[in-house]
Order: sequence, then C-alpha cells, then structure tokens
Amino acid sequence: MNAAQHAVGALAPSASWRAPLASGVRTGSVATELDRISDKVLSGGRISFEEGLFLHESADIGTLGMLADAVRMRKHPEGVVTYIVDRNINPTNVCITDCGFCAFYRRPNHAEAYVLERDEIVAKVQELSEQGGRQVLMQGGHHHKLKSDWWCELIADLKSRFPQINSHALSAPELHHFAVIEKRPVENVIRDLKDAGWGSLPGAGAEMLVERVRLIIAPKKTDTDTWLDVHRKTHEAGLRSSATMMFGNVETPAERIEHLERLRQLQDETGGFTAFACWNTQPDGVPEEHIYPQRTTPGVYLRVQAIARIYLDNFKNMQTSYVTQGLKLAQVTLRYGCNDFGGTMLEENVVSAAGCFNLQSIQKIEDVIERACFAPRRRNSWYGIDDERHDGPPSPANPAEAATHRAVSGTEVSR
Amino acid sequence: MSATARLKTRATGAGLGDIADKLIAGERLTLEDGKRLYEAPDLHTVGALANHVRERLHGDRTYFNVNQHVNYTNICNKLCRFCAFQRLPKQPGAYVFSPEQVELKIREQLHNPVTEVHMVAGIHPKLDYKYYKDILRAAKRARPDIHIKAFTMVELDQIAKVAGKPLAEVLPELVEAGLGSVPGGGAEVFSERVRQATYHLKNTGDEWIEIARTVHEAGLRSNCTMLHGHIETIDERLDHLDRLRRLQDETGGFQTYIPLSFHPDNSEMAHVPAPTALDELREIALGRLMLDNIPHIKAYWILMDVPIAQLCLAFGADDVDGTVVEERIYHEAGATTPQEVDRTELVRWIRDAGRVPVERDTLYNVVWSDDGAREAIVGDAAPLGV
Repeated sequence: MNAAQHAVGALAPSASWRAPLASGVRTGSVATELDRISDKVLSGGRISFEEGLFLHESADIGTLGMLADAVRMRKHPEGVVTYIVDRNINPTNVCITDCGFCAFYRRPNHAEAYVLERDEIVAKVQELSEQGGRQVLMQGGHHHKLKSDWWCELIADLKSRFPQINSHALSAPELHHFAVIEKRPVENVIRDLKDAGWGSLPGAGAEMLVERVRLIIAPKKTDTDTWLDVHRKTHEAGLRSSATMMFGNVETPAERIEHLERLRQLQDETGGFTAFACWNTQPDGVPEEHIYPQRTTPGVYLRVQAIARIYLDNFKNMQTSYVTQGLKLAQVTLRYGCNDFGGTMLEENVVSAAGCFNLQSIQKIEDVIERACFAPRRRNSWYGIDDERHDGPPSPANPAEAATHRAVSGTEVSR
Repeated sequence: MSATARLKTRATGAGLGDIADKLIAGERLTLEDGKRLYEAPDLHTVGALANHVRERLHGDRTYFNVNQHVNYTNICNKLCRFCAFQRLPKQPGAYVFSPEQVELKIREQLHNPVTEVHMVAGIHPKLDYKYYKDILRAAKRARPDIHIKAFTMVELDQIAKVAGKPLAEVLPELVEAGLGSVPGGGAEVFSERVRQATYHLKNTGDEWIEIARTVHEAGLRSNCTMLHGHIETIDERLDHLDRLRRLQDETGGFQTYIPLSFHPDNSEMAHVPAPTALDELREIALGRLMLDNIPHIKAYWILMDVPIAQLCLAFGADDVDGTVVEERIYHEAGATTPQEVDRTELVRWIRDAGRVPVERDTLYNVVWSDDGAREAIVGDAAPLGV
C-alpha cells in the first residue's frame, strides 16, 4: 500500500461527519439565518458559497426538501418528470487510470480485459432501437491504444444505421486522454467527434472537482481545471453536456459546495450544461475498498441532492440516480429537487460492478412517476420532450437546436 | 419570526393554516382535518406539521431496540387475502416450532444484546393452551431477562378460545408464563367492508378493539397498527385511526402506532400495487397528527426499506423498531429488505437523519442514549422552523 492509499482512510471526513440535529434550526441565530436563506431561495435569489455551506452544516432535511421542491416547481411548473429510453454500452473496460473506487476497469492484458467488436455494439443498439430508444450512452476505460478515430468511426457508423439514436458518448477525461495520446489539442478531438455525429457529452469522471480530493481518489485522472475546460470547449463547439458529482468518499462538506460552485461558474459562462446528477460512492468490491468509508446513508444523499438543486440555480434539470438509490428513494427525490429519472439503460456495468444494481423496467419507472403525481414523459438527450403524449415535436430536437436553445434560455437564468 | 409563526405562515400557504393553529395550540384534529391532510398536495408541509408534533414530544430522540423475531408457526386458518405467510396444515412449507425450537432460537442469539423477543404467528387451529404457555416459558428459560412481546389481538382471541375461558382470566396466566406486552398486528383496517373483502374470517374491528381494551385493563401495554395501501379508502383509514384514538383516551394502553405497508407479492392480492414511498411518508405523518394521545410513531424499516424509514424521522416518526433477527412474514410477501440489521447501522442511519439515537427496551426505558456532547432538545422549546 502506498502513501496515497493510506491517506484515503486517514483523510475520510465523510466517515466522521455528523448531520446537524434537526431541531437545532428551530430557534436562535441558526433559525434566523435559515429563515434569511430560505426567503432568498424562495424568492429566486442566488445563494453564496457560505450560504450553501450553512445549509449543508445546519439545515434539517425537512427544510432542505421543502426548499429544493420549491425550486423544482419554479423551474418545472408543468408537473412533468422526464426520462430517456437509452442503453449503456461500455465498448472497453481497459483502463490505465487506476481509480481506487472503480470496480469496472481492467488493466491492459488482464484476462478479463475486453474491447467489444463493432457488430456486438451494433446488435446492442439494434435492440435499443427496437424499444424506441433515443440515446446510447457509451463510455469506456482509458484504453492505452484506442484513439478518437476508433470512436469517430463507431459513432458515424451508428449514426448512419440509427439516425434517431444520439451518441451521448465519452467523458471529459476520455477526451483529454485522446488529446494526450494523440498529441493534439482537445478542441480538435471534439471537432472530429462532432463531425462524425457525436451529439452530447456525459458528465462522467467529475467525481469531486476539487484537487485535494482528486489527488487522493483519482490521482491519474484529468484534473479539475482540465475537466471543466473540456466541457467549456465542448460547449463552445456548440454541443451540450451534463454534469455529475460522486460524493461520500474523502471530501469535506465545503468541498462538496466547492464542486457545485465550479459547475455554477462554468454554467454562467457557457450555459452549456443540460442537467446535473449526483450519487454517493459505491465502495463494495472496488480495488481500494478497504480504505473507503462506508457507503453514505440516504439521509446524506437527500441532503446533497437538495442542496445541489438549490445551489445550481442556472441548471434547468436535476436527474435522480435510481440505479444507485433504488426506485423507492428515487421517487422521493422528485420532492427533493429532481425532475428527471435519467435513462432506462437496459444494461449497466460500472456501478453494478460495485455491488449496486437497480435497473427497472420502463413501466415501473412510469408508475413510480405517476404515483408521485407527475406526468412521465420521454425525452431526448437535450431534454426536448419526445413523447406521443406531448403536443408538438421535441424542442430542442438535435444538437444544433439545443445550442440555439441554450443561447435563448441562457438569458432567462435568474442570477 | 418565531418557529410557530413560521410554521403557521407556511401551512397557510398550503391551505392548512387552521390546522396549524390547532396543532400549535395542542388541540385535537377532526376527521375532516385528517381528510384535508391526506389530500393536501404539499407533502412537505404535512410533514412539517407532523414534525412539529414529533419534536414537541420527543425532540430529536429516536428510539430503537435490539430485538429478535420468532414466527412460531405459519399455519393459519384465517385465509387473509393480503397474506403470503400463511400455510394450510398439510401444505408444503408449513411449520410449527416446538417449545424446544423456540428455546433454541433464543439461545442462538445469546451473543447479541437482545432485550426483546417479538413472537407472532398464524392462527393454528390445533395448538392447545399449554403450547402457548410453553413457548413463553421456553423463551424465558433460554434468556430469563428477555422481554416477551407476543401474540397479536387475533392470537389472543384464539388462545382464549382454546383455553376455554375469558381472555381476562387467560392474560394473568400468560403473564405468569412470561408475557411482557402485546404487539399491535392484526388490526388491518377496521372497516367491515374491507374486512369482508380481504380478511373475513378474522376478528371484526370492534372485536379487535375489545380485545385490546381487555389487554390494557389487565395492565399490559400494547402497540397498534393499520395495514394501509390496498383497497381501503381515506375515510376508512381515518375511521380506523379514530377508533384507536378513542380507545387510547379510555385506557392509555397503546405505546406505539405502526402503519404497516401492504406488500402484495405472493398473496392473493398480488395485482394491487403496494404503497409508494411518498404514500408511506404521508401515512407516518397522518399517524402522528391524528393520534395525539399515542406517545410513539414507528417507521418499521423492515417494511418500507431503510432509506424511507430514515426519512420518516422528518415526517413524524420517532421510532424505527429494532435489529430484527429473522423476520419471515413480510419476506414471504416480497420484502427485499435484509432480515436483520446491525445495531451500529441503526445508530448511523438515525444520526444521519439529524436525530439522537436512543436504545430502548420494549417499555421505552432507556438502555443507551447517544448523549455525547449533544443533548436532545425536548419539549415546547423546540418547535418547528420554516
């Protein structure tokens, strides 16, 4: 075990963190401050870093739920909860980045290392197409030899066969990895992928956008500034992306808020993020399991999710994580800030490798949404509603419209 | 703004201002109030009202115990349509634990600091009176200091029948054999319409109430329940809660109310969807708001999943049940929760909900409390915020 590995266990604030006592916010200066911040949130104001941290450290989950629900209602008064019929495909599990929280990857030449053949991938997308799918979420490890041209060919091939299915593919660290191994600017990688038909960038690989944390949990992965810069350049190229956060490892509460702050700043700048999703680290069976703290409880997940909804006032959509939290809790998150159920997936390999597997049928997802008194609607990768129960065609319907849409809606963001 | 003023403002915004007034003044809600709370779209405000009552009664204190379940037989002649646990005497999988087996089950947990055994089962037509006393004695033999919470009102009715004498005469003998208190199951929904449709061979609501009255008059405490989320209407739920409330006014014998979520899998009612998480949160809140005279509201984690039970602590619940070794009844009905949970895990969930874990015994004496640097805030000094 090296020094960095030791450090994860020793520096695991998540494990020693104590939730504030719920009744502590009813009286005294804490009540006064929470009142002030609540009024600000309810009247559409933006909260500061310090106020975000106050909510994290002092508010009760009842109040946080009420505030997050009010923000959700303001952003989505129509009472719709969206989801997308999609499928995960992981074309390769080969990775040279060695994140200690990942149970999915294999080193090159490992007996279980794989790269899917083109016809296997096409067959999987064919199945998705038959189910009315609109998106294929493709991510791999950081393969030491597969370059962006391999992906460009794959994406172009899928685009020609299945024009209605968007390649929501890769991640900022993968794009950065291509730039490094191909020795060229990431802008060029982005341009080539876009030309091949790539339609949007998932928010994966963000983990915690705080260098202290990254150096402990993912020292070989793209750093914070680079992660943000790849998204910036993707937005500048006219494509949308999503954002994520994986919490519950070694980060402090202030670092969770710092992560949200970095995302909010970039969103102010580009308006290119479609949505935010978060989940807690799933430590079962990961390579460095013994040095990660226990999985955080749902009370912490709801706290973080609600604060994210409140803090990210310039993000339109919040995705729940039913795959990590289960369907029952996912329904509750619709009252804790979330307005989107994410993808139906059909297949999931990454968190399920870490002992977490909650895939559900489309009908079950629709039922859960309806029984929470929302109208379930299918969407595309850019959050345009693509559903026969919806009047009119999806808007936006494609990356180009999404880029235009962004420019328009960006001006509506309340500051 | 004071906490109560804040609560009032918020409730007024949700059309529940008059109800907030009553709760702040400590007045009883009417069934009409209850109906509005069941139907109010703003679940967060309903939860906040329930939380106000919860914190006035218990502050942040949240109770759990270290307990063990023994479901001594699954043979039952009541044929309830919502039940997946029951077996007919000759059916594959039917079982009865002998007193020796019950003793062994208790002995198997001697390494755990178990303070309570919860014994409930089917209504086996052939078991004699002696059997029931024998299993109580067997449990006490295995662990003399254990508290036995055993026999739902329905089982007690059966025991009195096979004993051939009134329940009031049977109860002291059961206490003599080791009975400490009585669980709350078997109440289902008191409505005669619901009974005819789902559990027509079992006691009526009036009979259940009468048995509970006899139990309380014998000096025993009990819990009470409602099986919600199947075919019952909101009015029927409120009628059920009202009958519990009226008996409690009379006897004061109920310790805890536990809403039981209907689990349809493998039962005759498998086509009826189970209540969702949001339904369960509201049911907890309504229990806290309507049952102003019952001290505790339990979020029974084994039914609703741990995440929901944890969140219930913000919606009126102050108890999460216990560590529960070997639960069978709900697991036959498709419950996918674990059959037991570690004590340290219970403590962690409670803390993460911003509450103070308190280990109790069956009668709510404190066994251990997480005092540390932080004291629970109890009483009227801790009303609700926002």
